[in-house]
Amino acid sequence: MSGLLQIHEPGETPEPHAQERGIAIGIDLGTTNSVVAVADGEQPEVLRDAHGDGLIPSVVALMPEGVVVGRAAQDLRAKNPDCVVSSIKRLMGRGVHDVKALAGVLPYRIAASGDSVGMVRLEVAGRSITPIEISAEILKAVKARAEQSLGQGVTQAVVTVPAYFDDAARSATKDAAKLAGLDVLRLVNEPTAAALAYGLDSGAEGVYAIYDLGGGTFDISLLRLQKGVFQVLSTGGDSALGGDDLDHALAERAIAASGLQKLDEAGAAALLLAARAVKEQLTERDSVKLTAEIGGTKIDFTVSRREFEALIDPLVQRTMRACRQVLDDARVTPKEIQGVVLVGGSTRVPLVRRRVEEFFGRAPLADINPDEVVAVGAALQAKALTRGSDTLLLDVIPLSLGIETMGGIVEKVIDRNTPIPVAKAQDFTTYQDGQTGMLIHVVQGERETVDACRSLGRFELLGIPPMVAGAARIQVTFAVDADGLLTVSAMEKITGIRAEIAVKPSYGLTESEMADMLRDSLVHARDDMEQRLLIEARVEAERVLLALDAALKADGALLSDEERAAIDSAIAKLRQAIKGEDRDLVNAAVESLDHATHAFAQHRMDRAVAQALKGHSLDEVEASMASDPAPDGRRPGRPAE
Amino acid sequence: MPTQADDTRAARAAFVSCWSCKGPVAAQALFCHTCGAIQQPAQLDHFRRLGLEPDFDTDVDMVEKRYLGFQRAIHPDRFATRPAKERAFAEAQAVALNQAYETLKDPLRRAAYLLSLKGVDASVSKEETVRDPELLMEVMEAREALMEATSIEKVEKLQAKAGADAIAVLSGISKAFASDDLDAANRLTTRLKYLRKYLDETRTRRIALEQEQGTA
Repeated sequence: MSGLLQIHEPGETPEPHAQERGIAIGIDLGTTNSVVAVADGEQPEVLRDAHGDGLIPSVVALMPEGVVVGRAAQDLRAKNPDCVVSSIKRLMGRGVHDVKALAGVLPYRIAASGDSVGMVRLEVAGRSITPIEISAEILKAVKARAEQSLGQGVTQAVVTVPAYFDDAARSATKDAAKLAGLDVLRLVNEPTAAALAYGLDSGAEGVYAIYDLGGGTFDISLLRLQKGVFQVLSTGGDSALGGDDLDHALAERAIAASGLQKLDEAGAAALLLAARAVKEQLTERDSVKLTAEIGGTKIDFTVSRREFEALIDPLVQRTMRACRQVLDDARVTPKEIQGVVLVGGSTRVPLVRRRVEEFFGRAPLADINPDEVVAVGAALQAKALTRGSDTLLLDVIPLSLGIETMGGIVEKVIDRNTPIPVAKAQDFTTYQDGQTGMLIHVVQGERETVDACRSLGRFELLGIPPMVAGAARIQVTFAVDADGLLTVSAMEKITGIRAEIAVKPSYGLTESEMADMLRDSLVHARDDMEQRLLIEARVEAERVLLALDAALKADGALLSDEERAAIDSAIAKLRQAIKGEDRDLVNAAVESLDHATHAFAQHRMDRAVAQALKGHSLDEVEASMASDPAPDGRRPGRPAE
Repeated sequence: MPTQADDTRAARAAFVSCWSCKGPVAAQALFCHTCGAIQQPAQLDHFRRLGLEPDFDTDVDMVEKRYLGFQRAIHPDRFATRPAKERAFAEAQAVALNQAYETLKDPLRRAAYLLSLKGVDASVSKEETVRDPELLMEVMEAREALMEATSIEKVEKLQAKAGADAIAVLSGISKAFASDDLDAANRLTTRLKYLRKYLDETRTRRIALEQEQGTA
């Protein structure tokens, strides 16, 4: 058969950029602890400190002599409560308005700010600082541990987020990684990462539930596994319910029992730490004594497991309601679940295990350390993204996305549990005669009214030509990428006027804030940027050369000697330019090569058409190009069976 | 008889130019057969995107199989370290594929979509008033019965009935499409839409009752 009908696997062509790639790490950026893992060899591995500890407490101390992260920061708390921040994940992507509700409960000092909208800032060591910057400090420490342990620089990472994180919190997490000098290959949902780590890929098939009770968030996800594809069916949870809340419940009981009136910040932190220790000990013991000295008052409080369980049962029941909801969403009954995986330190609490077992009717799986399983999954995914893999994660958006319409009612554009990436367009119209602008208010949540949903951002489409009410056709498009991040655009269809935003103005960083912070942190200096652009230009040039090489091998015979010589000379010039340091020269050489191959492209197209017409009916030619299903569907045309 | 000029035009339309190596590539190919580069998604209906003929009775297992097969090849995760352009094309392919899958795996969406392909606007997603008085009456009565149901057993009974109705409607839609009776298909699709909504309401009601009784 002719060259036209030869079909070869895209994987057979060499990688377009053969430049050496570093190791990509997997990071579980947790509310209480963060963990970093790498999967470079056969077995994924959690990177530990000299004492064999894999957990890095997500605690940051801003000391006059510098930033301290982890256990050392924790130790500084007693003496320097003003300088130490923990549980920052709970504030990621939160606005001033959201946090007011939490302020009494959580150990944060919110910076007084003139505006009531926008990102929340904390008052730490006399500085006003954003949750993104604090998270970036944790990530820098994580990165440092990885670099030390691997003995090489690390710039690429997969970072996990709770499945139930909304768009603002996802953006904030990505921004934090950028500030820490990490290129996020993908944000992966924690339960999905856990499923991957569980080696559920090792031949397991069926529907699995991942019950993830983290420090500050609760997630429940249902995944269907078949032949290495991890398909998320539904996900749900509570982004304001976590293991911390169990500690709080205990601490409050201790306060009530001891008659303590008011706690200062240091006192509250110390008490919470004591409460957490008691929670952990109650896993093994029936009764534990909580002792602490808070502001001169001695607390001496004994709690039995039974009492503790009575205290936390309402919280655990809340998680079970979320479980019921996700099963309902996926139209799955507990009997159809093949297995339940536990994630998060608080799933060690016996009552949690018991309730999970009652609900699903089977003992949960917990063979991998629940504190580390997410990081291990992230590392496996980092490997899959950089080195290739047989497994595939298909995730969904956790919360519906919509826009505000008249009367504060939400019109949903994308429903929750829709697979990502996704793009959907919906038409709206004007409600007043002569209306020339339209405010697009993007919200996320399941409720019908705007007030009950989360506001993600607002933007305005201006310049609509005056028409009678209802005549304009405004098409609003929501696009969610594979990281779960949203971009919204609007277009008036009659005139083609457009407006677009990446939805992050309220709670993430604006471009200019990001630029300022990057400058401050000196993570990417100007030279760095130049270097990056040069590398990108080279990568693109290599791609052009490889593609042309493939084309010349297939169809080179179509060229006259003269044409061939012109192309070869342009190739040589480009190869020369790639060796140099001048980005503009590389780009110019790519362009002249493009010019030189113009006629070649024309010959190839003409021959394809001629062959299609000669001897074969068009249907035959089309069929032969479009059929021939390959087992993995990678060939052109029809899919794999 | 098509003329030679028609044939030439058709032959040209069957190919597009690969963005990477500039060579000819079949208009609906996912990858260039010469240089292997991923292509932009072609303009295809959801059925053809999955290599199926437009048909209400399409095999859902096949939809599933094809969807997963294609995802393995074009999911953006496979292109995470490739240049931005290829990542963008992979994302666009995955978006198109997800849309096809979401539409075809659900019989209600599939019916509405097939109607729209055949030029009937079924507008399943939009709230609109019921024009069919008989259906309107039925919906109101069913809602009333649900409001009055105060025990889980009663709600379950209503749920079971609505579920059986939905199954009957589905087979009706299938027959209507098979005999190309688009009016009937449209009417039944609207009916299915209301049954679905009603089933959701019964579920909500049951959960509410369960919670009431659980805490009582």
